[in-house]
This record gives sequence, structure tokens and C-alpha cells, in this order.
Amino acid sequence: MGLIEAIILAVLAASTPLLLAATGELVTERAGVLNLGVEGMMIVGAACGFGGAWLSGSVIIGALCGIGAGVLMSLIFALMTLGLAVNQVATGLALTILGVGLSGLIGSRFVGEKISLAPHLYIPGLTDIPLVGRILFGEDAFVYLSLALVIGVWFFLYKTRTGLILRAAGDNHTSARALGYPVLRIRMFAVMFGGACAGLAGAYLPLAYTPFFIPGMTAGRGWIALALVVFASWLPGRLVIGAYLFGAVTILQLHAQGWGVGVPSQLMSALPYLATIIVLVLISRARTGGSTAPAALGTVFVPDR
Amino acid sequence: MQLVLEKRAERSNAIALISPLIAIGLTLVTMSILFAMLGKNPISALGVYFIDPLVDGYSLQEIAVKATPLVMIAIGLSLCYLANAWNIGAEGQFLIGAVAGSWLAVKTQGTDAGPWVLPAMLLLGAVGGALYGLIPAICKVRFGASEILTSLMLVYVADLLLDYLVRGPWRDPKGFNFPTTAEFDPVATVPVLIEGGRLHLGGVIALVVVAAGAVLLAKTIKGFEIRVVGAAPRAARFGGFNSNQLILLAFAISGALAGMAGIIEVAGPVGHLQPGISPGYGFTAIIVAFLGRLNPIGILIAGLFLALTFIGGEQAQIAMKIPLDVTKVFQGILLFFVLACDSLILYRFKLVFASPKVSRGAH
Repeated sequence: MGLIEAIILAVLAASTPLLLAATGELVTERAGVLNLGVEGMMIVGAACGFGGAWLSGSVIIGALCGIGAGVLMSLIFALMTLGLAVNQVATGLALTILGVGLSGLIGSRFVGEKISLAPHLYIPGLTDIPLVGRILFGEDAFVYLSLALVIGVWFFLYKTRTGLILRAAGDNHTSARALGYPVLRIRMFAVMFGGACAGLAGAYLPLAYTPFFIPGMTAGRGWIALALVVFASWLPGRLVIGAYLFGAVTILQLHAQGWGVGVPSQLMSALPYLATIIVLVLISRARTGGSTAPAALGTVFVPDR
Repeated sequence: MQLVLEKRAERSNAIALISPLIAIGLTLVTMSILFAMLGKNPISALGVYFIDPLVDGYSLQEIAVKATPLVMIAIGLSLCYLANAWNIGAEGQFLIGAVAGSWLAVKTQGTDAGPWVLPAMLLLGAVGGALYGLIPAICKVRFGASEILTSLMLVYVADLLLDYLVRGPWRDPKGFNFPTTAEFDPVATVPVLIEGGRLHLGGVIALVVVAAGAVLLAKTIKGFEIRVVGAAPRAARFGGFNSNQLILLAFAISGALAGMAGIIEVAGPVGHLQPGISPGYGFTAIIVAFLGRLNPIGILIAGLFLALTFIGGEQAQIAMKIPLDVTKVFQGILLFFVLACDSLILYRFKLVFASPKVSRGAH
């Protein structure tokens, strides 16, 4: 296997959790809800995903545990922000603080254990094609799933009636409600979808990236996923580009450290975070003409009776 | 059956006063359940957490020591949150303040520098924190970039910078390769208040900060402008307030206080610069700010209470083998209940039993 091939494989693997979490958050935000708790949902998903896989010996059960944990976390968020009309920013922060604590509590008994990673696809003939075979036909299932998810979300948002209603709820909840749409219920499902994706993204880390659980292993990926949604201007297609760019930055800095480039390793490790800030500034600057964010994003909605 | 919120005609002041207490009560109930699930006796666990630290002198001092950074950071954060600017990177500003102040301590190490060193370190810490806090603020007012994400990203960057310094240029040559600077000289150390005790001058500084915060918010025009910009941006525009300038000011003050808290922590209880100087003070301070209702006196009380959970958590780990992460879970749950109870100030919660048809239209 060539070096380029290895790097591309590593980039895809590093990008997938970002893409999964960001896709979920994109749907949530398109419905008008800003859930800043992605990091919290991811880290609980990682702990539960590893726990599920370690206890059952099955990657699929692990992934389902991660999804379930993410959904449960997101339901707390939905209850607070949709049910009790609490500020979404503060609630999202609370969700992250709670998630970090919970994952430590749940994961503490799994620290030091090891599982076998999710298997990679192998199609005789196709996977063996030089250069592109491994990249196109030799990934783990999550990589394909994440791409299918983006396509599905794009189709849902732009080609279905329900998707249109969801976007309406995110752009103007008062009008959507006046037309008779159940805004809060739509938003609750959007939040739950975001939770499921974040939980799966978290579970991906111990199930397919590194075969063990360490506390804090998400390392800010949830926050980067939030930034990716801004980067993508809330468009699913651009999310793929953004996620793979960030994955590339992550992997290249790792390789650069390995090659012994003459800069401190800490500076290289800081690159993904610095890149996030720079990208946010550039994107926000370019968008001075008018925001592409869902118009009602982050606002509280209390229906009149 | 469904839950319906009904807007109150005006803010309920009675509930504003008791809602933090309700939140703490609900949190304690939840924690009891969690303790029982962990197979511990809830009553004795709560006792170790919340009563034991209060009955011994050493722990009482330790609570004040832990509350010092929490209160200082939270006062700054409350200014940001009142102005509706979301600084969640206080942890990074804390670390940069610690780094900026430590620079002087490292440079003057072993020289016969006079007693000016410590005040200069505190100043450097505040300036470093303020400049670091201004980065997300400038990105916001100049380019419209979300201050939430940029301030949070800078936490990771600050953490890595500190790590680089103590493993590289500032490492103690006699430190057996541990990532730490040498112990600071006495002139670069925050003095303790009682000989042989833990309580240090930082506690006094925190009290001064609380008083200054109270005066700023209640008695000055700037404080008034900050509150109006957050609560009623339209009114602030009509009033001709420069909201961008106020956001920069709030971030600068917030960063300065976090930075000074950082250098006080390093030059006080810790005594040298090393990774892991903060058990998440910058994030816990967010809870302190909200539990204290963004009010300086409230923040002082809330800071002492959260400090108690740190000490109680450590004691519970030693005495009852309760994992340290329980403290974080506790803090997260507490913030949820605080926010939920705050909703009661503006709304009445009502359970409505309606026919499915009506409820579908109404929801």
C-alpha cells in the first residue's frame, strides 16, 4: 500500500465522525434549533458505543448503543429548550458538561479494555484494484453510511414535503405554526436526529478509529462539527467538502509530526483548532451581504394557545 | 396530556429568589438516585459531599481557595452573558493568564528581583487573559464569526501552548524531566493569609472583584449599557449605545479576570506552572455565573457552593470510592435544573389534558 493511499484512507477515517455529527446538527439547525451539546452527545456515544461493543462483542450493537445514548441526551435538550423554553446556548453547554461527566462515569470501567475494530469492506477483484481499490471499496461501513446519510438528508430537505416543512419551521416558526404545522414536534424530531448522528459519530471513534475508550477521546470534534455546519452554509453538499478538508488537516499534521518537521508537535496539534477559527472568520466575512443561516436559528418558540 | 407554558404578566421576583434553591434541591434528589445506582448509601454520600467539608478547618480554607478562581472568572462571564455575548473560552483565558504571568516568574528566577515581581505577574496575567479574550470578540464584531466556537477552540490552543512551554523552553532542568517549571521564588508567590494555612491573598482579590462587579453593574453607565444591550438590543440601538464596543469591553474584562485568576492559581496554591493546573474552572464558572443569576453577590455564594462540590467530590472519592466524574455529572445536572427553574420566572408551567385533535392543532 502506497503512502498516498494510506493517507487518503486515514483522512476518510478521520473525517467520518465529523461528517456524521455535522450532518445531524445540520438537520437540527435547519429546524431552527441550535444544539451546542454535540460534543457532550458524542462523548457519551463513544462511552456507550464502546461499552455495548465490548459487552456484546458486536460492532453493530455498539453502534446502536451509541445512537441510543445520543438520542437520550438529545431528549434532555429537547425537553429543556422546546418544552421549558430555556435558552438554547446555555442548555447546549450544560449538555456538554453533563456528557463529559457521564462518559467518564460510564467509561471508567472500560478504560484499558480493547475490542476489534469494525471490519473493512472486501470485494474480491474490486478492492484489489491498485491505488483506488482500497479507497473506494475497502472502507468500513460507517464511511459509506455517512455519505449515504448526507445524500439522504439532502434528498429529505430539498425533495420532500416534510423537508420543506422542517425548513419552514427553522426559518419562521410563527408562520409555520399559523399554517398549522406542529413546530415543536418537528423540532423535537430534528433534535433527536441530531442526537442519533452525534451518538453514532462518537461511537465511531472507539469502534472504527482506535480500538479502545479513553476519557475525552472526542477532543473537541463535536465543536468542530458545529463549525463545519457554519462552514457549509447549512448546505449538505458542502458539508462533505468541509469534513474531508478538516480530516485532511488532522491527518497531515499527524504525518508532519512523524516526519519530524522542525516545529513543535503542540503547534501541529493545534492546527485543526486554528484552522477552524480561520475558516469561521473567512466564511463569516464573505457572507456580509446576508446570512444563510436559518432565520429562526436559536430562538425560543412558545406557541400561543 | 401535554406541558404548556403560559407567559406571566411580569417577572416573578419571588421565584427569581427561590429558583436556585429549588434547583439545588432537585439536583440533590437526582444525585441521591445516582448514588443509589452506584451502590452507595445516598445519605452518607451526600453527607461526605456537602457536610463533611464544612466541619473541618482545612477543608473550609480549601473551599475558599477553590472558590477564588471560580468567582473571579464567573464575575467576568456574567458581564458577557448579560451583554448577550457568549464567552465560553474562559478556560483558555485562564491558562493564557497563567502562562503570561509565569513568564516573569521564570525570567526572574534566582535573580534578586524585588517585591515588584508578584504585582507585575498579576498585571501580566490580566493583560494576557484580556488580549486572548479579545480574539473571539474581535472575530465577532469585525467579521461576524460565532464567538461561541472561536472562544472554545482557543481553549485547546491555550492548553497546547502551555504544554509546549513546560515541556520545552521553561522546563525545570532539575525537574527529572517532569513537564513543569521550577518552583517560583518567594517574591513570585501569592502570600498566604494565615501562616501555615492554605487561604491566600487571592481570596481577598476575589472579594474586591465581587465588589467592583456589583458597583459596575448597579452604579455605572457602562454597567447599565451592558445590561440594556443584552436584554433589549433594539432599545440599546435607539439609545445610541455602541454594542460592538460593549462586547469588546465585556470580553476584555472577562478575559482579564480569568487571566488573573490563572496566574493567582499558579503563583498561589500550585506554586509552579504545569499542565492540568485547572480542573475545568473556566467551564464550572459558567455554572457559577448562571446559578448566581448573573449577579455578583449571587456569584460569590454560587462559587462557594460549587467549590464545595469539588472538595466534597475529592473526599467522596477517598472515603467512599465514588468516582471523581460524579462531580462533573453533579455540576451538569445542577446547571440543567438552574436553567429549567429560571424558566419559571417568565412562564407558568401547566399540564393540559386535551383531546388529541385539539392538541395536534395547538402544539
